[in-house]
Amino acid sequence: MADRPISDYQFERFLDEDKLMGARCVGCGALFVPPRAICTKCHRSEMEWVETTGEGHLVAFTCIAIGPPAMIEEGYDRNNPYCSGAVELTEGPRVVARIEGVDTLHPETIKIGMPVKVMFLQQGAGESRKTVLGFTPVDKN
Amino acid sequence: MNKQRKLGRGVAMVGAGMSGFNMFKDRDSKDLFTEAFVEMNASVDKGLDPNDIDALYIGNFTNDFFAHQSHWGAILSDSLGLVPKPATRIEGACASSALAFREGVFAIASGFYDVVLVGGVEDMSKESTETVAEGLALAAIPYERKAGFTFPGVFGAIATAYFERYGASREHLMDITIKSHDNAPLNPKAQYKTTIRDITRSKIKRAKEKGSAVPDWSDEKDFLRDPIANPAIAWPMHLFDCCPISDGAACLLLVGEELAKHFTDDPLYVAGIGQASGRGLNTAEDLTYFEATRYAAKEAYEMSGLTPTDIQFAEVHDCFSIAELLHIEDLGFFKPGEGYKAVADGLTRLDGEKPINTSGGLKCKGHPVGATGAAQLIEVWEQLRNKAGDRGVPIEDLRIGAAHNLGGTGGTCTFTILERR
Repeated sequence: MADRPISDYQFERFLDEDKLMGARCVGCGALFVPPRAICTKCHRSEMEWVETTGEGHLVAFTCIAIGPPAMIEEGYDRNNPYCSGAVELTEGPRVVARIEGVDTLHPETIKIGMPVKVMFLQQGAGESRKTVLGFTPVDKN
Repeated sequence: MNKQRKLGRGVAMVGAGMSGFNMFKDRDSKDLFTEAFVEMNASVDKGLDPNDIDALYIGNFTNDFFAHQSHWGAILSDSLGLVPKPATRIEGACASSALAFREGVFAIASGFYDVVLVGGVEDMSKESTETVAEGLALAAIPYERKAGFTFPGVFGAIATAYFERYGASREHLMDITIKSHDNAPLNPKAQYKTTIRDITRSKIKRAKEKGSAVPDWSDEKDFLRDPIANPAIAWPMHLFDCCPISDGAACLLLVGEELAKHFTDDPLYVAGIGQASGRGLNTAEDLTYFEATRYAAKEAYEMSGLTPTDIQFAEVHDCFSIAELLHIEDLGFFKPGEGYKAVADGLTRLDGEKPINTSGGLKCKGHPVGATGAAQLIEVWEQLRNKAGDRGVPIEDLRIGAAHNLGGTGGTCTFTILERR
């Protein structure tokens, strides 16, 4: 794990392994999820992989009725919107992700501040299959 | 490192022109930019010999994707008969032509050029709505795209964070939509020239004529609350919170300050100019403001020696209703969390103390993305030169106006202050 280069490509390979990983600056301790190859706080370039708990809370969201072609192919539309949101991790960094297990036809039931935990969504099939970062409310599972 | 910036040579605006903004199946970028150029040429009070133009800076976001054609600098230089004058295409998402304007200002301020054409163009409407949405999302940050965010989605998420922090709601965003639609009928160039009140009336009339169920909307907000009439696009962003898809072009003529009177007795001067970069939803300082707008504004205010109070009216980048709310706070017109109350109190209406988007804004004037920054400055030009007709800002001694342009999901922001001396 430790010797993988710090990159978005490797971040996504970790998602394939059901791991939400970040990069921590060996110098100042700043944590970046997704990772950064240099520390954008102190500009040192010695970074190390760390695994997050995958726990946090919702800080912003939207329920999207008109999505891009890839989401339309997944079956999402006006009658079946999907939720995307921003989650602040317990460790501090904010990540953007799909939010699953919420009532997208009644967005007023989705509450900012609610605790969420990571899930690893599978999107597409065959060659284009990929793991997408998701979160779901803690109390629903 | 933090210095007060100034231009090495003053820069004046002496001409401006724009095409109509709409969905034009029969016109491409060359046609639209030529239309803007002809109007600009005619606007120069003492005349312009196009051969005197030294260089062109053209903003364009993504004709590569929308029109499958790149390299718009040289193509437009040729179509305007300006070859071999150098032409540079600038890309900064929806802020592309504000960046082109800046490059033109710097080229003149450096002393290298004397007369520069700046502007922008976008040709968006030939593709389906889904494809246009995908093209616009090219300017979101990669993580946002992977999480399924569209542009309306990012602004929808920002709205939920703002609502949570300050207690505002969709009802307050409706005030912004209604205001933009009230200004638009006064702008002959606007894509949508109808007030929400008139849209409501005509839909009721049509239902009566067809003998179908007649909606019982009690007022404009009641209409905007109706999920059939105003469906969610990316909740809480609904159809009437979103700007339309538009084709269009806009251009301006900039000259060295000491040359301005050769072109007109009534030039405008660049008083302040600021640009900054920002981050996406995952790393932004905060989700209830755009850091790039704040930094761009600070730079422009410091350069000009002006304060938010001095700005008599402004065009701000209302790609979505929530965006206008954030901008009027970020630019210092209202305190954070107070903008929605100011809007509800009518302070940003045409007859308010700080008129915002007198053109109808992107919402109604239209938003051909690469042309928008230049078109916003044209509204400032028309207002300051008393050419805005019925939508003229009713302030005596109108002297200082400004335009704020935003690219992507806040990644690029500019703030430009123009002054009539």
